[in-house]
Amino acid sequence: MTKTGPAPSNTGLEAHYRQMRRIRSFEERVGELFVRGESAGSMLHLSIGEESAAVGVCSAMRDGDTFTTHHRGHGIFLARGADPNRMMAEIAGKATGYCHGKGGSMHIADMSLGHLGANAIVGGGIPAVVGAALAARRRGTGQLSVAFFGDGAMGQGILYESMNMAALWDLPAVFVCINNQWGMGTRIDQATRVTALHDRAAAFGLAAETVDGRDVREVQAAAARILDGARAGRPGFLAVECYRFFGHARKDKSPYRSPKEEAAGRSRDPVAFARDALIAAGMAEARLDEIDQAIATEMEASIDAAIAAEEPPLQAMFRDVFAPDAPEPEPLARRIDRVLARD
Amino acid sequence: METLTYREALRRALADAMEEDPDVFVIGEEVGRYGGAYGVTKGLIEQFGPDRLIDTPISEAAIVGTGVGAAMAGMRPVVELMYVDFIGMTMDQLANQAAKIRYMFGGQIGVPMVLRTQGGTGRSAGAQHSQSLEAYVMHTPGLRLAMPATVADAYHLLRQALRQPDPVVFIEHKALYALSEAVDLAAPVPDWGRAALRRPGGDLAIVSYSRQLHHALAAAERLDAEGIAAAVIDLRTLNPLDFETVRGAVEAAGRAMVVSEGPLTAGVAAELAARISEECFDFLENPVLRVAGEDVPISVSPGLEAASVPTPELIVDAARRLMA
Repeated sequence: MTKTGPAPSNTGLEAHYRQMRRIRSFEERVGELFVRGESAGSMLHLSIGEESAAVGVCSAMRDGDTFTTHHRGHGIFLARGADPNRMMAEIAGKATGYCHGKGGSMHIADMSLGHLGANAIVGGGIPAVVGAALAARRRGTGQLSVAFFGDGAMGQGILYESMNMAALWDLPAVFVCINNQWGMGTRIDQATRVTALHDRAAAFGLAAETVDGRDVREVQAAAARILDGARAGRPGFLAVECYRFFGHARKDKSPYRSPKEEAAGRSRDPVAFARDALIAAGMAEARLDEIDQAIATEMEASIDAAIAAEEPPLQAMFRDVFAPDAPEPEPLARRIDRVLARD
Repeated sequence: METLTYREALRRALADAMEEDPDVFVIGEEVGRYGGAYGVTKGLIEQFGPDRLIDTPISEAAIVGTGVGAAMAGMRPVVELMYVDFIGMTMDQLANQAAKIRYMFGGQIGVPMVLRTQGGTGRSAGAQHSQSLEAYVMHTPGLRLAMPATVADAYHLLRQALRQPDPVVFIEHKALYALSEAVDLAAPVPDWGRAALRRPGGDLAIVSYSRQLHHALAAAERLDAEGIAAAVIDLRTLNPLDFETVRGAVEAAGRAMVVSEGPLTAGVAAELAARISEECFDFLENPVLRVAGEDVPISVSPGLEAASVPTPELIVDAARRLMA
């Protein structure tokens, strides 16, 4: 049931382009952070090629809406208003990051922006959206809750449990599958017989669509249909078809797929597509270059700030296991001293 | 004073909490129309309606995950997991999500969810419906763990659990639901996280919790007739763990035994015994004894089932030899 809406206009396309360019630029800087040895570890999953999914869906969200993301969620968080400086600091494991360096790329969160958390367990963040939607409906807040995940999560049972419950209870919840065709080194057709992913959601009674992610305007239009329906009590599912431009994580050079396939996938670049559309609509290339340059400067600064930022103090290790007024766990060294201090 | 069963005390705690706080709701399999597999929530749906007694499909992982999301959104979910044996299905949501959200997110938010479940032997329910899996929970930083042994605690620990800012796993014992005691629910009880000295005694300290508390008390009664005064401690919560109360009783007696229904190896009794051995070493006259479940699955055969976990006879016998 892939639908085609009315022909998209260029209204808002420049704003979408800026957002997608910011994501692309941020992710390129994350790659640079890794190459420079300044990231905390190598568990960095870039969303280059998937910018239209983040921007298209997030542009249909409203202030106060909540969401969870997956391990490839930098772009979504940026599209919801994240501060790239605090994000980059978190990815570098620094005290100035969103989670004071304890979460990193895959566990970044910000309650003030409705980000209930990225997740390093495939599908792990999906049911929280059911709970948040249940709470929103009970309290009459009008909030919507959106779960973002990749095509890999289509193999996880908890997705189906969650979609079933959301549909059963008519919750203001939306499930967004960013189908970049690859779950680590396994292509979608190597993981399932049914690659029309929205069919599965429809089977649970969700309003379900698949949209081509090349044109962010198409994604936004589809997302608006699905999200508006969910707000009115008909939960939905949207699969956004795109391509993972690079390897699974920073060290992965994708030896399991052909250069030909990669070239075809990368030719469906949503950022380039939006740029071409803006030029075709009369925007000067020089103006677009200025936009790109300003964004590159902003993102470069986030790297410098992250590298310069303080590490969390060691005592922070014992903080926030439980609520602040609870006693912190006793450090092992102190415990050993205590046990051996016999007289 | 009034006479209540453990089951009724739990129900009363839920009803009082829901009465007091509109954010409290119960969600789980068969909690509403059916009234709970062990009848704890019976009648509550008539009082509070289906929006607060939410019946779910059989989807344990997503039920717990829904509780996590609702708690993050400001609600006070009571998630019922019908049997603790099903915890494996929920372990990602419990151990990777609920337990770690406050920490991973740098203290931004907690998950004030209570996961009510029940475990233990006593009903010939077999290997997949009779386990004592509290060690799984105790082994996971970020989770609180309460295991009420008495009717008063069934009420008060659940009320206290519902005031905690962090996730609490609340494990009832299936063999205690019909336990009937005269209680005054208005009488003061120990604070959350404090153990209770259920019986004083200067010869031996028996540390226990949940149903094994009753076996330990029965054993202490018999030992008393033989001239052995055994102190019996009810831990009440395993996280927080009140080691100071344990230390006091062990240091006074010089002999200690930990009684638990969970399997012996790497279990709650093992942790307690290690702590006692480390911290009370100079006071011990004998090794700390673990009296725990056998390292076997639980059988349906009533004879095999009963022999798989500590009995009062075993506790008495072990205590005599510890005193010798």
